[in-house]
Amino acid sequence: MGFNQQSTISNSCVKLKMNKRIYLARSPRIAARRLGEEMLVMSGQGSTLFTLNPTATILWQAADGATPLDEIVESRICSEFAVQPEEAMRDAEALAEDLAKHGILLISEQPIPKPATSVQESR
Amino acid sequence: MSALMQQMSDRALRLGVPLSVQLDLTYRCNEKCVHCYLDHEDHGEMTTAEIKHLLREMAEAGVFILTLSGGEIFMRKDFFEILEYARELTFCIKLKTNAVLIREAQAARIRDLGVESIQVSIYSHRPEVHDAITKVPGSLRKSIDAIRFLKSQGLKVVIANVLMTENMHDYQSVRALADELGTECTLDPTVTPMMDGDRSILDLNAGESALRNLFRDEALVGDADEFCALPAAPDEDSMDGLPCSAGHTACYVSPYGEFYPCVQFPLSCGNVREQRFIDIWRDSEQLKEVRAVRLRDLSSCSQCAHGSSCTRCPGLAFLEGNMRGPSTADCEKSFARTGIPSKNLLAKKEKVSAPRLVQIQLVPAITGSRLSGMGGASVGA
Repeated sequence: MGFNQQSTISNSCVKLKMNKRIYLARSPRIAARRLGEEMLVMSGQGSTLFTLNPTATILWQAADGATPLDEIVESRICSEFAVQPEEAMRDAEALAEDLAKHGILLISEQPIPKPATSVQESR
Repeated sequence: MSALMQQMSDRALRLGVPLSVQLDLTYRCNEKCVHCYLDHEDHGEMTTAEIKHLLREMAEAGVFILTLSGGEIFMRKDFFEILEYARELTFCIKLKTNAVLIREAQAARIRDLGVESIQVSIYSHRPEVHDAITKVPGSLRKSIDAIRFLKSQGLKVVIANVLMTENMHDYQSVRALADELGTECTLDPTVTPMMDGDRSILDLNAGESALRNLFRDEALVGDADEFCALPAAPDEDSMDGLPCSAGHTACYVSPYGEFYPCVQFPLSCGNVREQRFIDIWRDSEQLKEVRAVRLRDLSSCSQCAHGSSCTRCPGLAFLEGNMRGPSTADCEKSFARTGIPSKNLLAKKEKVSAPRLVQIQLVPAITGSRLSGMGGASVGA
């Protein structure tokens, strides 16, 4: 799992508490578009460009604020990749921390409500 | 362009994705700039609903970078409704504006909506020069106030300084102003023809001497000798190179829905009011023709010493009459930079110096106000 970035942004690290359900949501401040198998993501502040690889893209797309990370890993990652659930969960947590550190994902121990929107989900 | 963005651009090219689009929301403007290439009358702009529909189509087509421009974007009462909708579709948004209508509240809303950058046109640090170009007294002060509001919100601002005869000597002070305001600054020494082909405003272009001085300013170009060095002859790779991103990974849509390869390349490829955006992008015969052009296909430029280093704009060449022909504005820049005339300039010179088959001398007795529009003492054919 992973992503490339154009430059580094320093930010406070979000520590995940093990053994608790965590929820992920896409930050409303980023720009994003799928390009082939990867996802282009631009963080609003600092104009930093990231590309998410196919696995990270799956995680990012599934980050709806309502589905817990363990369910995402089980239903979207373990089902597509030959990987043990424990290992996939560890990788997914590390990736979620990285993405949160760069302002791409929001992480919470509670479901994250969606901002009001008039638009259907884009690609 | 960053290395990662270049990679993404290369991938978009391979995949046939329109990565970047400029959408002009209106041609109406609250400034009347002397060098502007637009007709500012409203000839039937797209409605809010039409623009939202287009934005959905562009998102589905894979457009990532969306530049909203005009005219003046804030002349549209629904501007923030459009911007908000575009951000919900997760476009990376860049704005081009004169910023005259941006106050604290607008700057805060732009920040809240996560706009990537705002380009503001500034022509001079001197009000008497800037305001004479915009023909709006007080416009420089308002634009600078707006830049301060935008910067106070932590936004990225880029000053765009178009250079022409009126302001050619002010660019260093504009760059100093940009430093003081904490913005980036771009210079563009090219005034382009009107969209309808009228070339009269080209008289505003700075002359060769001014361009030469600009290209030797090491604060701008680094090592001037290196920048102005004689160009290498085009190699096989550059012969197969693409002229620019227009029609390949980028395109332009006018306020009336006309689809062009670029804002500076008014070759109509279709209208988004009549066809889906992606259908025009994929199937337009005009776009296919633009995409087929390589340097080796350009009869004059492929033989020119500047072929590998020239900034030839295919849109400006099109406006001169042939998308495969030279762009004289770029020939003149190459000449000012290196002192070596392009093949096109040499051909023009030969044409001018060739003996005329017919020469008509105006007789002094009839030269007067009736003939002032002819602009010269003799006309040859």
